[in-house]
Amino acid sequence: MWTVDPRRTDSAKFADVWLGINVGSDIALANGVANEIIKAGLENKEFINNATTGFEEFVTHVEPWTLERTAEVTGVPVDAIRDLAHGYANAEKAQITWTLGITEHHTAVDNVLALCNLSLLTGHVGRWGSGLVPLRGQNNVQGGGDMGALPNKLAGFQDLDDEETRIKFETVWNSKIPPEPGWHLTDMFNAMERRELRALYVIGENPADSEADVNHSRKALESLDILVVQDVFMTRTAEMADVVLPAALGWAESDGTVTNSERRVQRTRAAIKPPGSAHQEIEIISDLARHMGDNTWGQPTAEELWEELRTLSPMHAGMSWERIENEGGIQWPCPDENHPGSTFLHDRLWKQPAEGRLAPFSCVDDRPPIESLDDQYPLRLTTGRTLDSYNTGVQTSKYNSPIRTGEALELSSADAEKLGILEGERVRVSSRRGSIEMTVKVDPDLPLGLAFTTFHFPELVDVNQLTNSAYDPKSGTSEFKATAIRVEKMINA
Amino acid sequence: MPDLKFSNSLPTNSEKKAVDETIELHGPVTLEITERLVYSGWQRTQERRHLLLPTLHALQRASGWISPGGLDYACRVLEVPPAEAYSVATFYHLFSSQPPSGDQILHVCDDIACSLNGANDLIDNLRKEGYETKPSPCLGQCERGPAVFVQGVASDDNVVFDTDLKQLQKSLTESSEKESIKLPQAGSDHLRLLSRVGIVDPNSLEDYKSHGGYEALIKALEIGDEQIIEEVSTSGLRGRGGAAFPTGVKWKAVADEKGRTHHLVCNADESEPGTFKDRVLMENDPFALIESMTIVGLAINAEKGWFYIRGEYPIAKQRLAGAIEKARKSGLLGDDILGSGRKFDIEIRSGAGAYICGEETALFNSIEGFRGEPRNKPPFPTTNGLFNEPTVVNNVETLANIPRIILNGGEAFAAEGTDQSSGTRLFCLSGRVALPGLYEFEFGATLGEILDAAGGFSGPGNLKAILLGGAAGSFVTPESIDLPLTFEDTRDAGVALGSGVIMAFSDADELTKTVLRIAEFFRDESCGQCVPCRVGTVRQEELLIRVADKNSVETDISLFDDLASVMSDASICGLGHTAASAIRSALNLGLLETQ
Amino acid sequence: MSETTEKPSETLVEITLNDKKISAPEGSTILDACKQADIDTPTLCWAENLTPVNVCRVCVVEVEGSRALVPSCSRPIEEGMVISTDSERVNTSRRMVLELLASSVELDRADKEILEWITYYGSNPDRMGNSSEIKTSKQPVKIQDDLYVRDYERCILCYKCVEACGDDAQHTFAIATAGRGFEAHISTEFDVELPDSACVYCGNCIGVCPTGALVFKTEHDMREDNSWDPDNQEVTETICGFCGVGCNLELHTQDEKIVKVTSPSDHSVTEGHLCIKGRFGWQHAQPKN
Repeated sequence: MWTVDPRRTDSAKFADVWLGINVGSDIALANGVANEIIKAGLENKEFINNATTGFEEFVTHVEPWTLERTAEVTGVPVDAIRDLAHGYANAEKAQITWTLGITEHHTAVDNVLALCNLSLLTGHVGRWGSGLVPLRGQNNVQGGGDMGALPNKLAGFQDLDDEETRIKFETVWNSKIPPEPGWHLTDMFNAMERRELRALYVIGENPADSEADVNHSRKALESLDILVVQDVFMTRTAEMADVVLPAALGWAESDGTVTNSERRVQRTRAAIKPPGSAHQEIEIISDLARHMGDNTWGQPTAEELWEELRTLSPMHAGMSWERIENEGGIQWPCPDENHPGSTFLHDRLWKQPAEGRLAPFSCVDDRPPIESLDDQYPLRLTTGRTLDSYNTGVQTSKYNSPIRTGEALELSSADAEKLGILEGERVRVSSRRGSIEMTVKVDPDLPLGLAFTTFHFPELVDVNQLTNSAYDPKSGTSEFKATAIRVEKMINA
Repeated sequence: MPDLKFSNSLPTNSEKKAVDETIELHGPVTLEITERLVYSGWQRTQERRHLLLPTLHALQRASGWISPGGLDYACRVLEVPPAEAYSVATFYHLFSSQPPSGDQILHVCDDIACSLNGANDLIDNLRKEGYETKPSPCLGQCERGPAVFVQGVASDDNVVFDTDLKQLQKSLTESSEKESIKLPQAGSDHLRLLSRVGIVDPNSLEDYKSHGGYEALIKALEIGDEQIIEEVSTSGLRGRGGAAFPTGVKWKAVADEKGRTHHLVCNADESEPGTFKDRVLMENDPFALIESMTIVGLAINAEKGWFYIRGEYPIAKQRLAGAIEKARKSGLLGDDILGSGRKFDIEIRSGAGAYICGEETALFNSIEGFRGEPRNKPPFPTTNGLFNEPTVVNNVETLANIPRIILNGGEAFAAEGTDQSSGTRLFCLSGRVALPGLYEFEFGATLGEILDAAGGFSGPGNLKAILLGGAAGSFVTPESIDLPLTFEDTRDAGVALGSGVIMAFSDADELTKTVLRIAEFFRDESCGQCVPCRVGTVRQEELLIRVADKNSVETDISLFDDLASVMSDASICGLGHTAASAIRSALNLGLLETQ
Repeated sequence: MSETTEKPSETLVEITLNDKKISAPEGSTILDACKQADIDTPTLCWAENLTPVNVCRVCVVEVEGSRALVPSCSRPIEEGMVISTDSERVNTSRRMVLELLASSVELDRADKEILEWITYYGSNPDRMGNSSEIKTSKQPVKIQDDLYVRDYERCILCYKCVEACGDDAQHTFAIATAGRGFEAHISTEFDVELPDSACVYCGNCIGVCPTGALVFKTEHDMREDNSWDPDNQEVTETICGFCGVGCNLELHTQDEKIVKVTSPSDHSVTEGHLCIKGRFGWQHAQPKN
């Protein structure tokens, strides 16, 4: 097990080797590893011929990424990169798993494509035990995508711009679907700024705390004509709202389904009643439809909605409500009722000849983080999460965790010493967007020049005032992981 | 390793040095190549876990206890979770959880033989004199007790024995090695295993060679691995540790496990109360054991031998370590044994005060750096032994027979003794005999003949009972005097030959106390893993106290039977299986009633 | 189901179980075979989501040719094995194991089936002597935070918590067995308080404890004020609301309130194991008034 991470995390301590690359040099590393695999002749030629396109061009593209150049850009030694390349290529089975360290960058999609290249190069994809594994941070982020909560997709990842698909949905929904893709989250904030987006209906999200460059986002929310928030808690976003719709908790007060990281659709069930005037979300949305003049919705149950989905989304077609119940969840794709569900994807690439569209290599370029370090802002801040807390702490602040240590700015021993700061001292942390006060914790495992913090306690420490809202135009995800900061000791602390 | 949490306690300089020196050859788990490249992980952690036991020994020696700062430092280096290291440290009696009061900790044997010789008074006297004194289970010095194991703080351990307090105090301050080999048969022609004891210089390889040493290894290399096993199988040699398993069968089973790493373990954790035979061999003829292990290593294709010796045998350990070093320098151990191209080397591991570690699977766990808790069998060591690899475990006395079998052939060996018990056997005589000490007899000698050789019964009153086989064995009365002490005859008589213990008691001795001491021994030495033994040994002792106080009621006898059944039937290992046997025999023979 | 679940072997092994010949898949344990034959076998230290440690010895059976009794939980069946699960020796050992435990440990909050076995096998712990005169594990309860209670006078030393904390699930190793013999006990290093140990509060130890030695603080408090009422509790299966793993939760509710959270040990996603958020992070569903 190798861990590639700017920080030596707990996972890194479990790993045989930890490579502490520079923040935002993921593509450089992937390209360098790819080039080394090719130079050493370790690529899976049979798989490449059978299942991929664009290999020749890719070879040329990564050729400049010699071990030496890769080492220079990533900050880790040549030998280690070579070992990683050979280890990955020679493994009988290998997986690359990642989470937001890859995707919260302005190069998010390219980062993922660079990793895909490695799996295509070695054939570590499409077989049980091998593959690419994005670990989902939320219990239903996969399910949200599955259900079409993406600007350009309908349920089951069917393309919005496909007329036949639209017609299929329109027939069942008895309603016209606009063919143009919508906005993703970051686009919406830009649209608010342009005053093009004037009304916002937020369900179970707390952007007033969770967005990068949060001062900017709060201004945008304040400028709306109307803000409707449907949530379980009175979050900071809800406090700004014109209308708050109190909702039942998804996992403990509602019936429905969620989809986990491995694409397993599982049942949630109501164990307790929602308090006070809180309502089921299906109920709220159906009521809203009625108030907006559509009387055809009625009051559908979760099961009825699921059964409708099965008729529209081929990858869910085989998962009856009853089967999900009896089998403890089923992994999509599951095209018919006799299909057991799929534990992994892309085995079509191993068919002779490969079925469907061949997998393309992507020529992606290393691009450093948008914010460069300079004398004014010499430290790199990256944000992340701790075990006992969850995102902006809306849920997790409600229980007393004995292992919670509170928010702190973690600095390497060398940086702390350089700045003359001791553990527990207060500092002012400033980025090009904002400035906040924090307490310092010295982490001997952090490399020089890197600082780390979480953002679980926005009421106490408003970390996202610092972060950069620059984003990947392909995914809309902001570059939370690479902020340039300055740390100053507070004089009268 | 993730999730490791360390305390703020700091090690002393000597503790830090002790840990660093112990792990020096292997290096710490986490290896920082650069600030951005670090090797560590589960595999490196597991590969170093076996260093925990030597590291704990080093800490104990450095400061006289396992201090929080010392343990914390060891855990950081080896990445052993502190809770586990603490769990291992508290398993062993020789690791203290409190700081020492002086520069010596005296472990005074108050077990059955030594208590006959005034051990309890000695403990009282030493305490009065202000020594840090702990009662100890049998120290394997029964022929010359009461014995004191002197655990040094920042100095070497030692063993002293003197009934006279003044003499003893003198020995505690003097570093001179006091030798008293009690070998009443010395010089006799019939000695095989003991032929060199007291004759060769245990520190001299040359002297060993001039007494026939290493001729067997040369011959073993000539005849080849398969023939070695063949000879040992023909010899009919059976294990001398207590289980009497045919040695050749064990070796062949491991040799046949092709394609896996094999291990050899010499079980020198001699701790059965009343037993001291292996100590005498190790202290006085250490090269013979090194040579024997080398031959076995060749035969079973093991490149590594482990010598697991109980922590209370400092002199044996020191001599063996010296012998290994000298053998290595002379090409008798190492990468190219006698120019044959064959590899074999030996590493010594010290126990730390736990009888249970003489159980072979507990011994594996102990070497591996875990609590010495026995494993369930099957699987057996021949397939899943040390580090889960095929392993031969042989007792010291068993191994000592090997050179002779190789030199003279298996048939010659089989011709000695009886059909089912070939060769000779060592007997540890102690208690009420005229000449306590170690004896060697060809199998077939009767209990009476052996007692006679030791000068017969000696002491106040009359011979009342003999404990055969140790605390895990059984009592017999003088009526059994004609019993030949062979595997087959003792088995048929329902008694155990065990580790060759013969301890005599007189009708003036308080046998109730002896039996209670046996019960206490099992209670103390139970590892605590399985319910029958953990709770059963406690309830057995409580019951015996009631019997001794004459507060016993009828139900206690049926309760004793039930306790004996569940321990014997349902315990994991031999400790529980035999924890009631000596006591049951004493009850059956009515030894406690006439007190 | 997922391919990570081991498929049962297709080869069958024939054994004689209580005088009846039966066939069970190769690799099955004697306990598996007993289950297949509907033979009720008591177990304390065994759990389907943990490696058998075979320390409690209550599941022992008699196997022909084996001098001692054999732990059924870990011993694989072999062709031709002749097994007896209700011989006098087996019943004596089972009765005595339960009797020994009941004489030294408080079992009144143990799983119901344990209490049933004590009755079934006729264990009579009283004959060990008056509890004030014999050794027991009596000791004060450890309450060191708002989540867990450790009540070690109820601990039978089945090692399940140690396994769940260690390499069978959490790999945290915050607790281990310290000491030896009857003094052996579950402990952090130097018995430091749990918040000072490596504990990450996953509560997987609570999940596997069979005797109520490790319980939710909520359960402990309710038991202390006599409001704990298992007959009035419902269990609802749902999915954890936090990360993307999709752990299955069993919400135990009493009077419309969640009182504890467990996870089904036979579910392939995490085999009954959770993290601190899943196990204890439900309090936002019912903030304290």
